[in-house]
Parts: sequence; structure tokens; C-alpha cells
Amino acid sequence: MSTQTLPPATEPTPSGEGGTRTPPERAEGGILSRPRGIVVTVIVALLALAWLFPLVWALINSFREYDYTQANGYLSLGGWTTANYEEAWTRGNFGLHLRNSLLVTVPAVLLTLWLSSMVAFVLARFSYRFNLIMLGVFLAANMLPPQALLIPVFRIFREIPLPLFMSDSGLVLNSLWALILVNTAFQMGFCTFVLSNYMKTLPHEIYESAELDGASVWRQYWQLTMPLVRPALAALATLQVAWVYNEFFWATVLIQQGDKLPVTSALNNLRGQFFTDTNLVAAGSIIVALPVLVVFFALQKQFVSGLTLGSTKG
Amino acid sequence: MTHIDEAPRSAKAVAPEQGREKKLPTRDRATVITMVTIPLVLVVLLVWLPALLSVVLSFGKWNGFGDLDTIEWVGLQNYEDIVTIYPPFWPAIQHNLIWLGFLFLIPTVLGMLIAVVLDREMRGSRFYQTAFYMPVVLSVALIGFIWQLFYSRDQGLINDVFGTQVDWYGDPDINLWAVLVATAWRHTGYIMLIYLAGLKAVDASLREAAAVDGAGEVRTFFHVIFPVMRPINMIVVVIVVIESLRAFDIVWVINKGRNGLEVIGALVAQNVIGEATRYGFGSALAVIMMLISSVFITVYLRNVFREERRG
Repeated sequence: MSTQTLPPATEPTPSGEGGTRTPPERAEGGILSRPRGIVVTVIVALLALAWLFPLVWALINSFREYDYTQANGYLSLGGWTTANYEEAWTRGNFGLHLRNSLLVTVPAVLLTLWLSSMVAFVLARFSYRFNLIMLGVFLAANMLPPQALLIPVFRIFREIPLPLFMSDSGLVLNSLWALILVNTAFQMGFCTFVLSNYMKTLPHEIYESAELDGASVWRQYWQLTMPLVRPALAALATLQVAWVYNEFFWATVLIQQGDKLPVTSALNNLRGQFFTDTNLVAAGSIIVALPVLVVFFALQKQFVSGLTLGSTKG
Repeated sequence: MTHIDEAPRSAKAVAPEQGREKKLPTRDRATVITMVTIPLVLVVLLVWLPALLSVVLSFGKWNGFGDLDTIEWVGLQNYEDIVTIYPPFWPAIQHNLIWLGFLFLIPTVLGMLIAVVLDREMRGSRFYQTAFYMPVVLSVALIGFIWQLFYSRDQGLINDVFGTQVDWYGDPDINLWAVLVATAWRHTGYIMLIYLAGLKAVDASLREAAAVDGAGEVRTFFHVIFPVMRPINMIVVVIVVIESLRAFDIVWVINKGRNGLEVIGALVAQNVIGEATRYGFGSALAVIMMLISSVFITVYLRNVFREERRG
């Protein structure tokens, strides 16, 4: 995911989730009359099938023999095999790259959520004069084109040494640390915004009673607020896992050692390697897509509400 | 999206702004400062300081290897060179603009229309939504990779079906369009999702009122629904502009942004990790990107702040 701007708060609505939100009258209506509605529905259904096609096509061909498809063309059926996956896995070194992705994604998402929830808490809980400026500093950072910062970040990372046990290049450049830091810095804006909006919907009284009990600010944050914003954290975590896993630009420019690349940016090298065998491309695509698709289908509700979280306040 | 409509902020806004700060015990004040400072330092060091340094570097010539004192300050020379003697610059600008226009005309409009249709309670709505936004979870780089299955000259589906020999990713006259179609596959679902969320906010009674008034469906859309979606429209505009400006992943994975696929984001990268490292020159390109995006970031932030103030 590249642009993660979010819809701002529209007018607050009393509507809840999904299907139960509308009164029965609306079920018929919408804005289309019946006959036209049917035509439109058919068009949308066909479009939906067209949208599914690329992934289905990749899935089918990933299980077919190269020789068979070469001899009979891709519009044939047959030549089923799982050999493409074995070959793609070893040739693409996917074990290594997926491990790198994991080592970047998990710490980056945890760090992002932790840091942005702290800022969000302060912004939501107290009204300081700097609140809006602060929000602006984080949000705008989220929207700047990363290319605009590339040269200084690249050069600074090349200057910062790391002990060899942390990075075998001895520098932040070419280490997974670089990616964790950069991803965190960039993603904080979105999370801060969403979380602070969410926290503002918590009733103020709970803090008053917490204060009466003598709870410190830290306890109000960690033991009171964090458990209450768990739905928002879950939604954001799902979204962030997909975004960090999918991040391509920073990994491409900051990691120049092939064996350090996370899987998304490793595609760059694979395209050349798999060039001559489309079935291998298909298998590789499915391997790379699988982790996010699994997350997506397992946590679909979280994913969608994460994307639209900012759009209705809280 | 639970919604508890109450306003702790407005209650506090009545209190003097600084009052809260003073009431906090020292230890809590230290906590608050720490909680804000650590994230702030990270974002300043990794985003705002580099942004500033990009501007500074854009006035110099530097290969990036020597110390800072090897930078030769040349004023606006880099900018002048970019617009006069740097061949890929104008094609890149043109491609970014085509990117923008295309995203608006096809996937954005399509995404909005699909959202309007799927917003009704229709059978299979969930399934259709899933189909449209599934590509949204995939990375743009992966999408470039997957679409090779259609675009490959010798083994791609398109050439197979039509018996042609077109190199969709390689031919500089058409590869931009091939890339845009692949991008649209992902973009449509994203826009649809944003509008679906926005449409949920349209009060059902508004539509009924319009229906009772005998407004036709097209009129209802333009006079009732579209105006309510105004804040969403604005956000979509910003998203599309920024996304078009940032375009990088898919062209880089195809050919590193050359040969018909020049885009400004790729030009910056080429000047840093390409054969020639020209930091000053690359920074000047970066600053041009930054200037264009800052206009839209400002529009966006003003919108957000207006909502925030309203509480």
C-alpha cells in the first residue's frame, strides 16, 4: 500500500456495522428502480468475476507443467503438477525472504501501534495548544512522497554504525533495522489519527474516576485506555501487517544485499529470473500473495473497518 | 466503527488551555512528555529532517561519497538542468499526469459507481465487495508481477488469445497503458471501499424523502447522495493525486522506470542507486515532488483540522 490517507470524519452516524444497519425500507430502494437495478446488478456481477480472474488465472497456471502449456497453449486444460511451487520456492529463495518480511513486519507493526497509541492518548486525553500542530506533523509525514526523503535517509543510514550482531553490514543501511525504523516513522501518522479519534469517543468520566483513584497518567493509558481501544488496535494491526509486508520502495533502495530483501522487494530480482517461465511466475505470485490473503480472509472484518475507520468518527 | 457520540473535547475546551498542564503532578508531566517525545523524535529525524535536507542538497552538486565539504554549491543549477537538459524529466511529468487522469477517469469513477450499486441491500453484495477489494491487499509490485501472466510476449494470455506478438511491458508506446490497467485493478477496489464507508453515512431518511418527492434515481444521486459525500470526494481527490505522484513500485519492478515508463518517483531513485549517484540532482527532483504534494497535503490537513475543531 502506498498512499494511506484516510477519509476524514464525515458527519457522525448512528449506524453500526454491515447488514443490520438499514431499515427495511431501504432494502428495496437504494437509488435504482427495479428493472434498471437488475441490469446494473448483472453488470456488477460480471465485473466482479473479471476482478477475480487474474488471481484465479495465476492459481490455475501455477499448478500446470511448463512443457504442457507450451505444447498446448494456455487455453488448454491439463498438465497438473505441484513442481512449480517447489522450483519457485528454491529458485526464489522464498524461505529466506519470507523470514525477512516477518522480521520486519512484526516489530514494525508493534512499534507503530505502541508509539502512535501513546501520542493518540495524549492528544485525545489532554487539550494542549500544540495538539493540532502535533497531529499535523504526524499526518503530513504519512503523506509525503517517500522518494522526497530518500537521499538524506539513505545517506544518514550509511553513516550510522551498528554492532555486527545486529547488522552484518555493520551499518543501519542494508539491515532490517532500517526498514523497521522507516516503516514505523511513516505509518505512525495514520495510526495516531485513527486512534486519537477512537479514544475521543471514550466517555470522559472513566478518567475522572481514575484520577480520583490516584491512577497515574501511564496507568490511565496502559491499563484503562489500551484495553478499551482493542477493536481499533486489531483493525489497525491487520491493515499495518498488509502495508508493511507490501512495502516496496524503502526495501528496494535501502537494502542492496539480495539475501536481506523482504519478499515484496525480492520480486524485483525474481522477475528477471522467472522471465522465461510464466508458470513459475504464477507460482511465485501465489506464494507472495498467500500471507496477505490469509490475513485478509481470516480478518476481513478488521481489514475493512481498518480502512474505513477514519471515515466515521471513532 | 462503534460510535459513541459524546464530546470529551468540547467539555475540556471550556477550561483554559494550559490549565490541564499545570494540574498534572510532576511525574505525570514527565510521562506525558516522554510519551509524545519518543514518537516525535522518530518522525522528525526520519521524515522532517530528511525533507529539509533534501531541499538543502538540491542546491548543490554531490556524488555522496565524500564528506559534506565536497558538496559544490551551485544555486538553482540543478533545477535549471532538470527542465532544460534532462531528457526523462518531461516524459516523466507527462506520464505522471496521464497516470493521474487515467486513475480519475476510469478506476475512480468505476469504484464510485460500484459502491453506489453495492450499497443497496442486494444478494451477494458481500461477495462482490470481496472480489473488488481483494487486489487492494496485494502490493503494487506483486500486481506488476502477476499481470505478466497476461502481458508476457511469448506466454501471456492476451497474445495467446488474439494471436498477437505484442510486448505489453516492453513496447514504450503501450507499456504505460498496460501498467495503468494493472494499477486500475487494485485502485478500483480501494476507491469503492472508501465510498462504501461514505455512503453508509448517508441518512436513509434523506433518500426516502427524495423518493417521496418523486426525484428520479439519477437526480437523487446528484442532488442528495453526491453532496453528502463531499468530504469523501475531497479525500479521494487527494488520494488519487498523491498516489499518482508516488507511482513507483510497478514501474520499478518492470524496468526500473525507463523506456516508456519514466515517472518522477523512479527518476529520484535512479539518481541515488543507479549507475551515477547525483545527490544534488536527485534532491532537486525530490523537492519538485515535495512541492507538488505539499499543496494537496495542505488541502487535506485543512479539511481534517476543520473536522477536528468541530469536535
